[in-house]
Amino acid sequence: MIKNISNLGDAALYCDFGNEVNKSINSQVIKYFKTIKEKKLEGINNLTPSYNKLIISYDLRKTNFKEVKKFIENINIEESKKTNSKKLEIPVCCHENFSMDIKRLEEILKLSREKILENFLNKDYFCYMTGFIAGMPFLGDLDENMRAQRLETPRVKVPKGSVAVTEQFANIYTFESPGGWNILGNTPLDVFDSSKEEKPNLINPGDTVIFKEITLDQYNNFNE
Amino acid sequence: MNNNYLDIIRPGINTTFQDKGRDHLYHIGIPFSGAMDNRNYLIANKLVNNNLDAAVIEFAYQGPHLKYSGEKINFAITGDVIFSIKKKDTQIEGNCYQSYQIENGDEINILSTNKSVYGYLALGGELDLKFQWNSCSINTKANIGSNDGKKLDAGQRINFKKINSNKNIKKIDYINTKIENIRVMKGTNFDYFSEQGKQTFYEKEFIVSKLSDRMGMRLEGPKIENIFDTNIKSEGLIKGVIQVPADGNPIIMLSDHGTVGGYPKIGVVVSVDYDRLVQMAPGSKIKFKEINLSDAETLFKLYEMETQNLLYQI
Repeated sequence: MIKNISNLGDAALYCDFGNEVNKSINSQVIKYFKTIKEKKLEGINNLTPSYNKLIISYDLRKTNFKEVKKFIENINIEESKKTNSKKLEIPVCCHENFSMDIKRLEEILKLSREKILENFLNKDYFCYMTGFIAGMPFLGDLDENMRAQRLETPRVKVPKGSVAVTEQFANIYTFESPGGWNILGNTPLDVFDSSKEEKPNLINPGDTVIFKEITLDQYNNFNE
Repeated sequence: MNNNYLDIIRPGINTTFQDKGRDHLYHIGIPFSGAMDNRNYLIANKLVNNNLDAAVIEFAYQGPHLKYSGEKINFAITGDVIFSIKKKDTQIEGNCYQSYQIENGDEINILSTNKSVYGYLALGGELDLKFQWNSCSINTKANIGSNDGKKLDAGQRINFKKINSNKNIKKIDYINTKIENIRVMKGTNFDYFSEQGKQTFYEKEFIVSKLSDRMGMRLEGPKIENIFDTNIKSEGLIKGVIQVPADGNPIIMLSDHGTVGGYPKIGVVVSVDYDRLVQMAPGSKIKFKEINLSDAETLFKLYEMETQNLLYQI
């Protein structure tokens, strides 16, 4: 449930679901997000669900904080609401051409390359949210012994398709962008496709993702 | 298709097509985009009899040099912009906030924005552009929108779908007001900062850094001290949010901002000051002044009425 609603500036509502990051709080956020989205309240521009917050921004020409707050406080959230989540397999190549930060991770985590990949691959990860850059999924949770801080100095260019980890999370760089996460491998899949306006994101909040290793040969001959 | 087009002789520094922007997409990571200075965008379209949500050419600092081919059309430039119009035998200095007629072979040369950042070129008609999610706005980071999401380049041709039949010349007296104090409301992590940090935020001057772009405005000045945590769990952002990363230098989110971020939010610029904020060029001094929600709402209403009134006069 929402613990507190406050304003973020004069054109957005800040719905706080708590400070912990877990599936059950995030599922609440996603339920609110989906219900509000369906109701299409006049004046709401955008909804941004994250681990434990939901930000609702609105057009100040059409509505205001008081009106949107009242609407959110009185909204009926169906507990049984289906989230239509999918389970997806993401092929990832961890060849040294791609796993740029494996040595750094070996040092920080005090684990061998083999052990790191064994811990990372073939496990279910939950998609908490997408964003920062278009379509980037924030996946969790990594095992306790797999958690490393981000790079001290972020890279100016992280290659498209990079699969990377930081703290308890994994993500995929949907296109070339700056970034500071530890890169483990690369997927040949298009995780974001702007030509598909209806469904540009392959992975959506609530989905489950499993990384499956592929060889460099399979990567190079990959056909969607 | 018709035979009216513009050839880009010189593209300018950061020249893009922009319109009203795209909404309902933050949850998949796509920002609002759209014209940075909304009032000047609307006025430009009105001056050439376009729909108010039509596509315009937005430029920053130095604008494009364009050569027109086709039937007579009108154009208008808004902002604080120095430009010239070259006709067969003459060259004249152009004035902002007034429409001009150009014909086959004429050139528009947008030299620079004056002590500001963005300017707008509206052309009387409809440009032939690709739309994505109901907007042609170019987002160069995600390569979304018209022109494959890339800024305009030399040698490119801009085609028209149609040109307006109403070619009355229009004009309005308007001066862009400058402000030194940017009004803000407390951010959701205001209490992460020390008493001294809060005081620094409200009382000291900051300078707009040249590392600013359509995504964000970086500020330089006294460091804002954080006493709690320099990272938060990533959460949604909106334009105007002021984040303070570990280095203590604030960054204000602008129209192409990342949709989520993990730095503490010390404040949010109120809507009424956004158009003027984005026009503050690198080197400008900024001071933040706190206001409350009801004042922010009232001031925005007045600003919006003033915008509507300006459009009505055209």
